[in-house]
Amino acid sequence: MWGVADMIPSKEEWIQALDDRHGIEFQKKISSTTVAVCGLGGLGSNIAISLARAGIGKLILIDFDKVDITNLHRQQYKANQIGMCKTEALQNNLKEINPYLETKIHTICLDESNAKDVLADADIICEAFDNAEAKANIVNFVLSEMPNKYIVAASGMAGLDSANLIKTRKVSKRFYLCGDEVSDIKDGIGLVSTRVMLCAAHQAHTVLRIIAEEYEV
Amino acid sequence: MVRINGENLDVVGKSVAEYLNSSGYDLMRVAVELNGDIVPKAQYSDTIFKDGDSVEVVSFVGGG
Repeated sequence: MWGVADMIPSKEEWIQALDDRHGIEFQKKISSTTVAVCGLGGLGSNIAISLARAGIGKLILIDFDKVDITNLHRQQYKANQIGMCKTEALQNNLKEINPYLETKIHTICLDESNAKDVLADADIICEAFDNAEAKANIVNFVLSEMPNKYIVAASGMAGLDSANLIKTRKVSKRFYLCGDEVSDIKDGIGLVSTRVMLCAAHQAHTVLRIIAEEYEV
Repeated sequence: MVRINGENLDVVGKSVAEYLNSSGYDLMRVAVELNGDIVPKAQYSDTIFKDGDSVEVVSFVGGG
């Protein structure tokens, strides 16, 4: 019965479809990787959905905030989720996309007092905050205190400037930076969904390339 | 000479903090890598540039 909503594929069918798409070896690496997404706004919600579709092993989802009507133009939530914790709303949405995804949610403000515990299981950490100081803090923390992990951060994706200015730069061995590095949310018209999604796609793509051991950009 | 963000600068003997302040960076918004290793913020004042150092200063802007 094509189109029946409650007919979801079995786990075996799900894995088979991903193996067919990515190849067994690459898919095995993807599905054995844990990624932490720090901040579940325009960047983080889009990163999480891309990685869930790719069959990532586990997502650690971190945000203290609730879904607001002003989020819906760029963040992967629905009108009927306004007022929900972003962690719970995104977990629900991800389960609808990939019912076999493992998730762990933390409805907290990530800081130096809790980051080591919350991020302990992550192989790769995506910085997806909106606040510049918070971005700098988590990047400094991970590179200083968790030197075996990769961090994929973002800076500069506001406004309606050219899509082609969004890029990925390898700053050092375990630190990648996506964005145009200059377009600040406080300048101009603020965040435009398409450019934020481009930056999120750069981050998710960098995660997949690290998993594939393609370390250059 | 010290190579900072791809540019050769005459800042040998200066500390990371001195360079960042004199260049107008907001210290709360930066990450600094010296020869591929992060410089913890607590060490900005005590870390002195030497000839041949390679430095990356990443300055974050808001939005996400």
